[in-house]
Amino acid sequence: MIRDQLPALQIVVPLVAAPLCVVLRRRAPVLTFALAVVWSTFAIALALLRQVLADGPLVYALGGWAAPWGIEYRVDALAAFVLMFVSLMGAVTLSYAPRSLTHEIPKDRLHLFVAAFLLCLTGLLGIVITGDLFNVFVFLEISALSSYVLIAMGRDRRALTAAFHYLVLGTIGATFILIGIGLLYMMTGTLNMADMATRITAVMGTRTVLAAFGFLSVGLFIKMALFPLHVWLPNAYSYAPSTVTAFLAATATKVSVYVMLRFVFSVTHVRMDFGYSDLGALTIAFSLAGIFVASTVAIFQNDVKRMLAYSSVAQIGYMVLGISFASVTGLTAAIVHLFNHALMKGGLFLAMGCFALVIGGVRLKDLEGVGRRMPWTTFAWVLGGLSLIGIPGTAGFISKLYLIRAALELDVWPVAALILLSSLLALVYVWRVVEVAYFRPPPEGVERREAPWSMLIPTWALVGASIVFGVWTSGSAGVAARAAELLIGIAP
Amino acid sequence: MNGLFGLFNYWVVIVLMMTGFYIVISRDNLIKKVIGLNIFQTSVFLLYISIGKLDGGTAPIVKEGLESYSNPLPSVLILTAIVVGVATTSVALALIVRIREAFGTVEEDEIIKIAGTE
Repeated sequence: MIRDQLPALQIVVPLVAAPLCVVLRRRAPVLTFALAVVWSTFAIALALLRQVLADGPLVYALGGWAAPWGIEYRVDALAAFVLMFVSLMGAVTLSYAPRSLTHEIPKDRLHLFVAAFLLCLTGLLGIVITGDLFNVFVFLEISALSSYVLIAMGRDRRALTAAFHYLVLGTIGATFILIGIGLLYMMTGTLNMADMATRITAVMGTRTVLAAFGFLSVGLFIKMALFPLHVWLPNAYSYAPSTVTAFLAATATKVSVYVMLRFVFSVTHVRMDFGYSDLGALTIAFSLAGIFVASTVAIFQNDVKRMLAYSSVAQIGYMVLGISFASVTGLTAAIVHLFNHALMKGGLFLAMGCFALVIGGVRLKDLEGVGRRMPWTTFAWVLGGLSLIGIPGTAGFISKLYLIRAALELDVWPVAALILLSSLLALVYVWRVVEVAYFRPPPEGVERREAPWSMLIPTWALVGASIVFGVWTSGSAGVAARAAELLIGIAP
Repeated sequence: MNGLFGLFNYWVVIVLMMTGFYIVISRDNLIKKVIGLNIFQTSVFLLYISIGKLDGGTAPIVKEGLESYSNPLPSVLILTAIVVGVATTSVALALIVRIREAFGTVEEDEIIKIAGTE
């Protein structure tokens, strides 16, 4: 009975919990309740993933109204995989939040923070699970509006302007997506993705569909912060509270990449040339430019949080590159990198939160000699950094391996060479931090003081997972390959 | 009717959209940016509503003698989008109030100057 309702519960549980947190108000009950909610959301996602891997895609008609009239939720291998890691990141970062937030937001706002966090999680999960295009827009705005609020809660007053800047660009992006959806609805008369996929073949290639494709792509590129539409991201990530940065970096942009995958491969069915022949070459160029420009800019940052933010822009480049190849291996690389990058960047940003709490700043100057002051946190950061570079044995290596294999399959070896070269740039910026942390003496008179356990455990959980999934790949790359085959249309 | 100005609703949409977009890009005053954003969003609402309308179509009611009716779905969708737009505007205005408290101005160039010194 409850097994059949899992897709609805996935969304309803965090959605209903958010206003309840506002009502509960007091710190202890809010935190206990919210943690119970996020971990049960993760449990639901795991159950869905198991069910989908065993029995194939699930379709759930909301309120019993059959599609295409009603809204349906559709969970296939790809959706279940993304749901799983988004809810995992929500659960881990919220477990980390209480201690970290004590020095970042006023005590009497905690319940509001938790409510906004749960709404953001609801929106992100909703985007992934829904089978209705207009629903995607609505959930996109739910997650976006709550993330503006979360970012604005940062301690620095520049968090406010960063949030406003993000709001303006995010709204333009969402409105572009809305235009795209409207034009598609005009041509096909349906909003259901599966239904649209069958109807769109008749109108494929018309100018309206082409325009819809353009609006949707640009809107999604803004949302996922693909270079050169990434300008909102560095400030937003630098000034947001540490928990929020870790959560958004691990999930928000990834979900936009997921929508892109869904839209290009499940709805429009256009494959080898990424829709319209020029666009494939264009996205390859943009993603490579993004990888190199953002990594180079990252090298020159003195604020480590900002450095990681630019590195995130570069990592989005790898994902879009994988999608642009439009082969099974390329898509596997993109999908597995969604997951691997969520683990490593989540872990890195959580470690930054530990530094911020204990030391009070995250500029390179503040981190001098931190390897001796906070050995566990620093070592976690280094492992995350190694994964970012793509050292064998880490999750980052698996992503790059698939990506390079995909490039070689298509005989574009210059692209493969560029991917390898770009890893060196990551090595440079990670090394800058390692050098400062281990080879500079700590300032006089500071004692060795580690971050609290409630923050170290979530950090190590993510960093540890990025090592585990660098060795045991059937749990990540295996599922990703299945999802990729599904998208390309090889497997049922 | 089908000439360059036949489908005049699209022209209205395009003019409004570009007006709004231009205001967002060119104005430094944050309140004016929000106004521009609103015009930009409204143009898309009009696009949706106008594609649902049929020449001579009536409301979707089953009644003798009424044969063609306009599609009600786009209007319903836009009700949702209007709510989203109102929510966005209110969050934006709330942020502007906080920005005014923190920086003492709502002009973007002045804020950048102040933030640049930190």
